[in-house]
Amino acid sequence: MVENRPFLDFLAHLVLIIGVALVAFPVWIAFVASTHEPTRFISGLIPLLPGDNLVESYRTMLSAGISTSGAPPVAGMLWNSLIMAVLIATGKIAISLLSAFAIVYFRFPLRQLAFWCIFITLMLPVEVRILPTFEVVANLGMLNSYAGLTVPLIASATATFLFRQVFLTIPDELTEAARIDGAGPLKFFRDILIPLSRTNIAALFVILFIYGWNQYLWPLLITTDDGYYTIVAGIKRMAEAAESDPKWNYIMATAIMAMLPPVLVVLAMQRLFVKGLVETEK
Amino acid sequence: MKRTLFRNQFLPWFLLAPQLAVTAVFFLWPAGQAVWQSFLRQDAFGFSVTFVALENYAALYADPFYRNSLQVTLVFALLVTTLSLGVALVLAVAVDRMLRSAPAYTTLIVWPYAVAPAIAGILWWFMFNPTIGILAYVLKQWGYNWNHQLNAGNAMTLVVIAAAWKQVSYNFLFFVAGLQSIPASLREAAAIDGAGPVKRFFTITLPLLAPTTFFLMVVNVVYAMFDTFPVIDATTEGGPVQATTILVYKVYMDGFVGLNLGSSAAQSVVLMGIVIFLTVMQFRYVERRVNY
Repeated sequence: MVENRPFLDFLAHLVLIIGVALVAFPVWIAFVASTHEPTRFISGLIPLLPGDNLVESYRTMLSAGISTSGAPPVAGMLWNSLIMAVLIATGKIAISLLSAFAIVYFRFPLRQLAFWCIFITLMLPVEVRILPTFEVVANLGMLNSYAGLTVPLIASATATFLFRQVFLTIPDELTEAARIDGAGPLKFFRDILIPLSRTNIAALFVILFIYGWNQYLWPLLITTDDGYYTIVAGIKRMAEAAESDPKWNYIMATAIMAMLPPVLVVLAMQRLFVKGLVETEK
Repeated sequence: MKRTLFRNQFLPWFLLAPQLAVTAVFFLWPAGQAVWQSFLRQDAFGFSVTFVALENYAALYADPFYRNSLQVTLVFALLVTTLSLGVALVLAVAVDRMLRSAPAYTTLIVWPYAVAPAIAGILWWFMFNPTIGILAYVLKQWGYNWNHQLNAGNAMTLVVIAAAWKQVSYNFLFFVAGLQSIPASLREAAAIDGAGPVKRFFTITLPLLAPTTFFLMVVNVVYAMFDTFPVIDATTEGGPVQATTILVYKVYMDGFVGLNLGSSAAQSVVLMGIVIFLTVMQFRYVERRVNY
């Protein structure tokens, strides 16, 4: 700060408090709605303070779901989302580590071509080629499976570039020392490169976990069996039914449960999250 | 560039195999299919296929709905970018003044990054719901009848707010980092020369933030064009009368719902062109940012 200006400090605090409130308000409303009884929403005016139906709303959704709206129990959908997020994050990190290692530490014919093949995935987001990709997955018989939910999403140019960047900063002397001591490429990779990139891996995992958890269109298309619904995609099916049968407390309870895991990850690992966010954009 | 390399010729291909396999099967092949299909016309059941060259593209060019969708996308991207960048900048400048309370405020502002776009859409959709939503109720008290199911402007406002709400946290983090990288000596020198806070903001802070702002603009346009599909699908479903049908949503509607495969493929190809353009912009720019 350059000079002491009490009025500007006051203004800044005011702006921030309003900002924090604006950011939190929709979630507060959703939380409040989830704690009331279904009948509370017929009267037309939405409450602003929590009711006493919290336990019932969440317990019903977790264990039973709403069968009339085609909503399976939330516990199962949370589980599917968790599997999907972890598989996508792990898969992306694993294949990106391997390919970054190949690109940085080897010289081989067509290396440039391989590099461009990876780079081009940046330019083909799934939304853009949705129909042909769906056909490929359907032809491979991967509809309604965890493989179908995750494998098509795990190619990642961003992660590969990040690890390439990290590997380039690792001094050559280390590689030379490892080779003199008789370490082959795989041993070097496992015992030196991986431990040295540990924090980068962790930071990236946080970002990719959120990415995987929040997938929407892809799971919506390739899961028709409710045993494979993920929670973010599943909530849409519930909200559609809400037009005729407004059980808002259940829908909002599901929304809260759908956002809680990734939000907790961000809050608990804020430093890694910021690091990952800034690094992946380089 | 590494001086020390491993000399194995087969190992690198073995290491690259998983990445290349996934890329080939789920990226390159479908993208090639999209390009090929965009030159074909087939009926919805796949019985007859004819090669029509550029007819699908010509049809798109002549289609008023497609032009409308282009316009909607443009307006939507512009509004989302402006709103989320504007709010984020104000908050970042405010946090930049704070010493002890900055980390606490930052935590309270960044968490919506983790909220899925679809959930963000549902939350705002609930608040704007004409029969029960709190904001719709407040607006009614002021004499305004909000209905995003009928009113195109209302629908656009809803999706813009929901999409921007989620993106503020991201922009905020980058603005804070940008502000911290501005040397304090510059602002101090200006203060000594008698420039007030407002003048300092516009003549020093804002110009020095330009690289960050430009980078964020590209990222936000990409976000608004491609990552907001869930927001639209969870709230307005492109309606009313395609008032919020952005290009990505139209590809999906024409392909999956309308089963107009040729047209959907041609739209995909157009979108790929746009992504390639934006990616190149981003990368050219990042090169400069590193030197900056």
